[in-house]
Amino acid sequence: MNTKTLAYILKRVGLALLTIWVVITVTFFVMHAVPGGPFIGEKATTPEVQAAMEAKYGLDKPVMVQYVTYLKDIVTKFDFGPSLKQRGRQVTDIIFEGMKTSAKLGLIAAFVALIIGVVLGSVAALRRNRLIDRIIMVITTAFVSMPSFIMGTLLLLFLSEKLHLFPANGETWQGLVLPVVTLSLYPMSYITRLTRSSMLDVLGQDYIRTAKAKGVSGPKIIFGHALKNSLIPVITYFGPMLAYIVTGSLVVEQIFSVPGVGRAFVKSITGRDYPLIMGTTIILASLIVIMNLIGDIMYKVVDPRISFE
Amino acid sequence: MSLLEVKDLRTSFFTDAGEVKAVNGISFFLDHGKVLGIVGESGSGKSVTAYSIMQILAGTGKIVGGSIKFDGKELVGASEKEMKAIRGNRISIIFQDPMTSLNPTYTIGSQLIEAIVLHTDRNKKQAYDRAVEMLKLVNVNEPEKRMKQYPFEFSGGMRQRVMIAMALACEPDILIADEPTTALDVTIQAQILELMSSLQKKLGMAIIMITHDLGVVAQMCDEVIVMYAGSICEQGTADEIFYNPKHEYTKGLMRSIPTTATAGKKLQPIAGTPIDLLNMPKGCPFAPRCDAAMKICINQCAYPLDINENHRAACWMNVKDGIADGTIATGEEEEQ
Amino acid sequence: MAKKKIPFNIQIDVDSFLPASSEEKEYMVQMRPSSTFFRDGVKRLLKNKVATVSLIIIIIITLSSIILPSVWPYSYERQLGVSLGKPVDASYNNLRPFEYGETEKAKIEAGEKVFPHIFGTDAQGRDYFIRIVYGTRISLAVGFFASIIVLIIGMLVGSISGYIGGKVDLVIMRIVDIIYSLPDMLMVILLASVLKQTLGSAIEGTALEKIGSNIISLFIVFGLLYWVSMSRLIRGQILSLREQEYVLAAKSTGAKSGWIIKKHLIPNCISVIIISTALQIPNAIFTESYLSFLGLGVNAPMPSLGSLASDALNGINSYSYRLIIPAIVISLIVLSLNLFGDGLRDAFDPKLNG
Repeated sequence: MNTKTLAYILKRVGLALLTIWVVITVTFFVMHAVPGGPFIGEKATTPEVQAAMEAKYGLDKPVMVQYVTYLKDIVTKFDFGPSLKQRGRQVTDIIFEGMKTSAKLGLIAAFVALIIGVVLGSVAALRRNRLIDRIIMVITTAFVSMPSFIMGTLLLLFLSEKLHLFPANGETWQGLVLPVVTLSLYPMSYITRLTRSSMLDVLGQDYIRTAKAKGVSGPKIIFGHALKNSLIPVITYFGPMLAYIVTGSLVVEQIFSVPGVGRAFVKSITGRDYPLIMGTTIILASLIVIMNLIGDIMYKVVDPRISFE
Repeated sequence: MSLLEVKDLRTSFFTDAGEVKAVNGISFFLDHGKVLGIVGESGSGKSVTAYSIMQILAGTGKIVGGSIKFDGKELVGASEKEMKAIRGNRISIIFQDPMTSLNPTYTIGSQLIEAIVLHTDRNKKQAYDRAVEMLKLVNVNEPEKRMKQYPFEFSGGMRQRVMIAMALACEPDILIADEPTTALDVTIQAQILELMSSLQKKLGMAIIMITHDLGVVAQMCDEVIVMYAGSICEQGTADEIFYNPKHEYTKGLMRSIPTTATAGKKLQPIAGTPIDLLNMPKGCPFAPRCDAAMKICINQCAYPLDINENHRAACWMNVKDGIADGTIATGEEEEQ
Repeated sequence: MAKKKIPFNIQIDVDSFLPASSEEKEYMVQMRPSSTFFRDGVKRLLKNKVATVSLIIIIIITLSSIILPSVWPYSYERQLGVSLGKPVDASYNNLRPFEYGETEKAKIEAGEKVFPHIFGTDAQGRDYFIRIVYGTRISLAVGFFASIIVLIIGMLVGSISGYIGGKVDLVIMRIVDIIYSLPDMLMVILLASVLKQTLGSAIEGTALEKIGSNIISLFIVFGLLYWVSMSRLIRGQILSLREQEYVLAAKSTGAKSGWIIKKHLIPNCISVIIISTALQIPNAIFTESYLSFLGLGVNAPMPSLGSLASDALNGINSYSYRLIIPAIVISLIVLSLNLFGDGLRDAFDPKLNG
């Protein structure tokens, strides 16, 4: 790895860290716009929790002091404080518990979207303008335009309630089918279209013509020369895809009663459990920023040209 | 029997807007070891001719008529399998833009080796050695180091050398060069042409040099074909074409290039724009731009007329001159 | 010299060797008529059947959402069974499409004309059809205005940054980079949930109260976060156009900077701007319905397609139509807008043509 690439990576890491810091700061100060601040909560809070808050953040201290304490706790101890509503539980514990299920759901959805998307996109590109291509394009256009909660609710309605094909509990393997399908439909369609246009673009490039002129056979042109170049734009989509899966999981877990981070987050919003809202926002946002960073770095590794810019 | 015999080749592109007749019935021969130049403006059909020979036309292009015989074998209608064995092996082609003609995500070495392994019996190691040998042949310095590098690490001239190396690695009978120097600086152009010339003498392959640059033609070619709007205007030896042009288009080209004869005088470019290949008129395609166009040119395209043994031109002006000076019979008289 | 014989025994008469006139030469060549960029683009767009159909659908939906609430006999918030002083008449609740409640049936028998409930009524006895229409109006309006806000802010920032350049440009672009890397949805949710608390009290009594705190917070959120890609786009356009010669030419005649921007640079960006905005609207509608679904969108009783879908989740088994209808409408709107935007881009983007 040469110095230019290293410099680029460092720069991106720096930007990512800066962004995460911005997220923490913005979250903290925005939350303080709530009357009384996020650590006080309403009368429903128990005295124990109140005391814990006081001890941690010093509730009559000036905002800046509270902010520094909050920031320090996160950076040094990865501590986001106690939950206001769920007695005795730390925010980090709640989040990580939900994370297990959500991560499983998200990763499976991402994997499905990627594999099926690339395959369908390639098929569409190779059979351009024929029937299979048109069918794929119509279906993907439809899915790309449908908000995930619409898809999810419709699937819940038809496949679960009416036809009783899949349970909606998010626990068992069958229970995960519908949430995974709902979550993966948009990214899958997006990746299909992306792969298709990327591959069409690549197939029109001069170096493909050179390969053909050398006598390279059809399949070898596609899998050898074309595919590697076609996948480059798909890699840049990894970050946004994760972002979508994270936000999509909020509704999907709601709809299908999946006990994950997303559902906890939505509950925290309606329940006004501020430390939990803050902690979840920060952790999820940081996750997305890191995924974007990894996506950028991978892009560099795959396309050697970028190293030189 | 010539190495390559093209007879009445017709190639069209079938687009949404209609049939684009890119090549409209051209015929020529190429013998072993000769250098043939194909000259013309953009859109004249020169590249399409080359792609038709190699059958690497883009999606909507199809050969719709004529015959191409390579070493006695008919290529039009040949199977893909047969063509694959010929491409890069017996007929090779290098393209105009070396920047985009090499795969950016593979090393030069792997692209060279691919060509070699595909068509010869060499194993990986032997192919590697051959590739290095080819790089040396085209004057690429530090070949071992270069093998591991990516295209973007090369300059334009170097990339074109690599393309040449790749094309010649399997010792083809014919090398087609589609505007090989157009995208390069003038000084590099000279080097590349020099290289091609010396390689041709050393390896003895025939070359089809496609260009719009008459200087290149003068330097390298034994015979020349002048194309316009998909047809051949004139063909003959380089000397004949340059010093004795017999088609109004060729004459116009010669008038528009700077030579010692025209030094100090204003250059005369050919007025007008190339014809729209979607709406080909009947009659001579060059007539709308031709100062000497006659009424017959509007209605009928001239057929190729023998000027002498090495020279043919399809221009009614020659018929007019021939009738005037008595060398052409108007039908009743017999040829002597 | 040997005499050459002309093959095919063509009859050649001497006249045909006379020079051709320029009219004859011109007649040979039929040039395709040229036209302006916009006319070409519109022609291409109209040829695209999918885009044209989508446009028609959008126009129909938009017009209905504007006109219908005024002419419809039911209003979106009126709970039909509720009148002051009387006990609640539950016969209006939960009617199926085209079904009549007991009270209504009695009215019909008495000779009164009762307008049918095309989509039935909801659990509070409100006509569902007009709620859907009103919800569409809200969703469209939010989508449209949010996009306009994004457009204005993005254009301002982008053109300033692009034209002034230097340190100002550097700082602005750093900020853009950071905002761009923020996960927008999470920030949106965060802001929306907070604004919901605070804004409500702030605008009480003002004219803005009618619009609803949530919608305002939505606009604020959009204004803060979504302008970045538009500004990058504009900046890029300006940077490339700056290099063009006619800017130099205009400058050399002493034109002022502002005039240069207005007269020369902006018109050239217009197609890019229009396409980008057209594709931003479905995005905005999507975000709004998503937030409404989570409960962070419009305040009751104002309906939006997202909140209607969310409410319908409760009765999903017995009243599935209440979910299906808003689902179809949202999908139709977003789909049509996307297809139309795609069509616009295919028709007007000069880079794609050729």
